[in-house]
Amino acid sequence: MSDPVIVVDLLTKDYPVGFWRPRPYRALDALSFTVAAGEVFGCLGPNGAGKSTTLKLLMGLVSPTSGQARMFGQSVRDVAVRRRVGFLPENPVFYDYLTGEELLAYYGQLCGMPHREARRRAGTLLDRVGLGAERRLAIRRYSKGMVQRLGVAQALVHDPELVILDEPMSGLDPIGRRDVRTLILSLRDEGKTILFSSHILSDAETLCSRVAILAAGRLQALGSMTDLVEFSVRTWDLLLDQVDDALVERLRADHAQVTSVAQGRTQVQFDGARAPEPILQAVSAAGARVIALQPVRETLEDVFLKHVEGKQRHPASREGGGAA
Amino acid sequence: MTLRLVRAVALNTFREAVRDRVFYNLLLFAVLLLGASLVIGQLGAGQDVKIIKDLGLAASLLFGVGIAIFIGIQLVAREVERRSVYPTLAKPIGRGVFLAGKYVGLLLTLAVNMAVMTIALFVVLTVYWRLTPANVQAVWTAPAVDPRLLIALLLIYVELAVVTAIALLFSTYSSALLSATFTTAVWVAGQFVTDLRTLETIGVSGPTAWTAWAVSWVLPNLALFDVKAEIVHGVPVPALQVAAAVLYGIAYSGALLLVAVVIFRRRDFK
Repeated sequence: MSDPVIVVDLLTKDYPVGFWRPRPYRALDALSFTVAAGEVFGCLGPNGAGKSTTLKLLMGLVSPTSGQARMFGQSVRDVAVRRRVGFLPENPVFYDYLTGEELLAYYGQLCGMPHREARRRAGTLLDRVGLGAERRLAIRRYSKGMVQRLGVAQALVHDPELVILDEPMSGLDPIGRRDVRTLILSLRDEGKTILFSSHILSDAETLCSRVAILAAGRLQALGSMTDLVEFSVRTWDLLLDQVDDALVERLRADHAQVTSVAQGRTQVQFDGARAPEPILQAVSAAGARVIALQPVRETLEDVFLKHVEGKQRHPASREGGGAA
Repeated sequence: MTLRLVRAVALNTFREAVRDRVFYNLLLFAVLLLGASLVIGQLGAGQDVKIIKDLGLAASLLFGVGIAIFIGIQLVAREVERRSVYPTLAKPIGRGVFLAGKYVGLLLTLAVNMAVMTIALFVVLTVYWRLTPANVQAVWTAPAVDPRLLIALLLIYVELAVVTAIALLFSTYSSALLSATFTTAVWVAGQFVTDLRTLETIGVSGPTAWTAWAVSWVLPNLALFDVKAEIVHGVPVPALQVAAAVLYGIAYSGALLLVAVVIFRRRDFK
């Protein structure tokens, strides 16, 4: 097995708060995880969980109080490692006096590309994120969704092996979100490793092979989607029409939960461990009509809420460091 | 490679400045003021050409300082406040290289500004020279179109480079507004460094005089760059004095840039 692309080891970050007597505020507390090559890894958590701090630590925008992080085996403090990494910050702001094409060409040059090549790459990328028609428009005229797309494009300008995206779906309409999802999947298919943060769980559920759930600066859960989410059926939801009293009595006797719903229909819930076929046969024999049968599984949202709700931040020691 | 990165950042900084309306407003106003000096010059019999030169040099300095401060603080402070620095610093570029590029970019902007002002000043002086009768010209202590004006303009440019370095240093750790305030304060105080060192001659003594003396060695001695009066009145300025002032300006700016880089490298972008 190849070495992990990202290794985060007991990473802790304290920020001083207060003017006269600054006290440390622990934004991140002894976080450890690894991301393997080719993975789509989701960093999930509510606002203030420490997701952005983690990504900024990886990009060298903030320095850790203690612990360390490595990408491609090199310390994240090494500027050269960023040649292999693209980054989209949360709610990105760009030089609004430039056009989209100029911005990407400039960033391409900062990544070591000759101007002409950077310009060519800018055109290709703008087409890829759906901004080809606006390439010569000043960024100050871009909508929020267009800026977000431009942000994704600038993260890819030097064709990095690892792409780190902080809330990539933020500010996008449903079409934009779908496009970014498709883009992330196509990057994965190209063999790139992707780490992104999000609080939109449906996106993570669709895209991620593994996730880390953070709350109050601490890692609450880490694993593959199959590890974290119980995929077995928890309950069956059955929606019936033309149900008579005898059938209701029989279903209740059979430990099903029966509820009358709108338009004279009846909802029946029974344990997911049971096979639905015998119940369907009984319903059919009693003359009722089956409108829908749905398995109810645990979602990532259930897992997320279980791990996140009620979590309190641990106070930082005044000395800093010393991760718990 | 590093030089290519510095050049890329510098050209982008220059592009930002020339696409900023503040730059054009300052430049237009300065050129208009120079034009107006033709009229003002008519008021002082015999002194008129000196007034034009005085006004021209003073305008070059004041508007240059205005650009150095108001565009200089945008170099870093506004970028940090607006968070446009995040995607830039996430690229494979060191923070020192980024700062150096920003500084060179503003020096380039100031050079363009100085070039426009210099051309405007020489055009005004040429027009005035052509319009002035020979008997009036005979009492002038220096010719109207005096190439020695370039020495004064060179030293003004070096002073602007120092002011830009001060703006850059402050903007690495404070807000845009505070950076502008601090830079203006240092620029004003820097004009009186010699006075601070000689407070005892006017009867000030004790801790006040010592503090003033100590502060005077930290502040830039901007009076070294002021040869406007000598040039305007035709008094010789030794080449050694000019060279020393230029070297002092380069060394002082270099030291400020080094401190700025050390501070900026340690900074967290929350």
